Amino acid sequence: MSKILIVAEHQGGKLNAATAKCVHCASQIAGADIHVAVFASDPASVASDAARITGVSKVITVAHAAHANPMAATIAPQLAELAQGYSHVFGPSTTFGKDLMPRVAALLDAPQASDIMAVESATRFRRPIYAGNAIITVEVVAGTQLVATVRTASFDAAQSSTSAAAIESAHPSATLPQHTRFVSVSAARSDRPDMQTAKKVVSGGRALASADNFKILYQLADRMGAAVGASRAAVDAGYAPNDMQVGQTGKIIAPELYLAFGISGAIQHLTGIKDARTIVAVNKDPEAPIFEVADYGLVGDLFQIVPELDKLIASSN
Amino acid sequence: MNRILVSIKRVVDYNVRIRVKPDGTGVITDGVKMSVNPFDEIALEEALRIKEKGLAEEIVAVSIGPADCQQQLRTALAMGADRAVHVQTDAVVEPGSAAKLMLKIVEREQPMLAILGKQAIDDDCNQTGQMLAALWGRPQATFASKVEISGDTAQVTREVDAGLEVLEVDLPAVITTDLRLNEPRYVKLPDIMKAKKKPLETIDPSALGVSTVERLKAVKFDPPSQRSKGVMVKDVGELFTALRGKGLV
Repeated sequence: MSKILIVAEHQGGKLNAATAKCVHCASQIAGADIHVAVFASDPASVASDAARITGVSKVITVAHAAHANPMAATIAPQLAELAQGYSHVFGPSTTFGKDLMPRVAALLDAPQASDIMAVESATRFRRPIYAGNAIITVEVVAGTQLVATVRTASFDAAQSSTSAAAIESAHPSATLPQHTRFVSVSAARSDRPDMQTAKKVVSGGRALASADNFKILYQLADRMGAAVGASRAAVDAGYAPNDMQVGQTGKIIAPELYLAFGISGAIQHLTGIKDARTIVAVNKDPEAPIFEVADYGLVGDLFQIVPELDKLIASSN
Repeated sequence: MNRILVSIKRVVDYNVRIRVKPDGTGVITDGVKMSVNPFDEIALEEALRIKEKGLAEEIVAVSIGPADCQQQLRTALAMGADRAVHVQTDAVVEPGSAAKLMLKIVEREQPMLAILGKQAIDDDCNQTGQMLAALWGRPQATFASKVEISGDTAQVTREVDAGLEVLEVDLPAVITTDLRLNEPRYVKLPDIMKAKKKPLETIDPSALGVSTVERLKAVKFDPPSQRSKGVMVKDVGELFTALRGKGLV
């Protein structure tokens, strides 16, 4: 039987949706017993959220002031200690999970499967390689503990349940290293939806030509209740902050609607949006590769099209 | 001596259109242009800049893989690395094994920093740096977009989902690079000539006492499922009507 430990990701006392996606992924392993570990300075509210995810049989909390700002170096030794006896240890393929899980895998001397997008069995998984241009099926040697990160865009969040799993607190004995210290995090706080869970995403590329011009996308996004993304070119040029980058090395997203304005569609960008249900591309260049994957393509000047679309939506609401 | 170790992985060039072999045993690499993993180029560039500020004295480029990796190590030497270490093997080396091999080199070289690309653009694993840091028992600062060394510590700005995070780490430490850390320099012809004279050492993994047996094996390779091509609309009105029809706007 598979016994799976999932590390919870959370911010500001709230469970991140990535955790329920990991649970959904884990629940596809037949007969899996799924536990969630919460590392926090005060894990109570996150733990009670995690206990209500369908499929979770137990939540383990580790309360420590050092977990106020989660750091891989601090969590890894404790998570590795908790992970003894589990066949699988999962985390989300977010920057939190990508940073943490390999450190845990090395401490456990376990192999890691990164970005799993499909479960074939308890030992066999599919994952993208070469920026999603090939899909590899990997198999872990039977009896080997496996660490994995879950490609969250490939899984819907597991539903929440009316009954709650048991919550237990644990006190790992691993000493916490002092060699790594949290200094700050500067998040561009916005009232817009989080890109990784948003149903709609409006995104801009180099053609926006300035940070100021991105305002027309923010306006359209706010009208639609959408998150705002950007191509690598736009982020490199300083038109948008790094946390808006969509693609192979940025965020991998799966919204119901993705509107790409002035994005040519480099393969590294397309890999970040291929799970979007509907893709709309607006570009001046009729040969832009983004049109190959778009459900609706429109050749034209985004500086005319964005305000027109905004007006049409405004007048119909 | 203040030394920096840099990883140099040989990968299919990022401009190559990847094709899966018809029999599903891999991707086509015959006759395909190979390059230094772009994130490793950024790692080397950062090491060079640290050295140019007088904060390090020697840069050692390390590659693990078949004989041809020496081409990429020569590129690294031409960019400015002082010497190269090639752990030569034809085996598929998974990140866990790569980290164990790197650790052996780290133990021998005693660097102040090991800078690695955050991921290789072939397997996209994003594991080796973190694993090396764990095995070494040292800090990790992954996905770095800014590195400032002062004395025995480094302050590293990291690109995370929420924005930018700053960590302070004691040295020695492992740093993995993100795209915006720097823009790697171009190699000049005279440097290519000079690089031929720089030391390049070859080591067998067994001499380091590390097994490279795979624990996560490739079963098969498939091309990704393609999205079906959509339709072109002629104006905003038509686009709006289509999206409204699907309840999306």
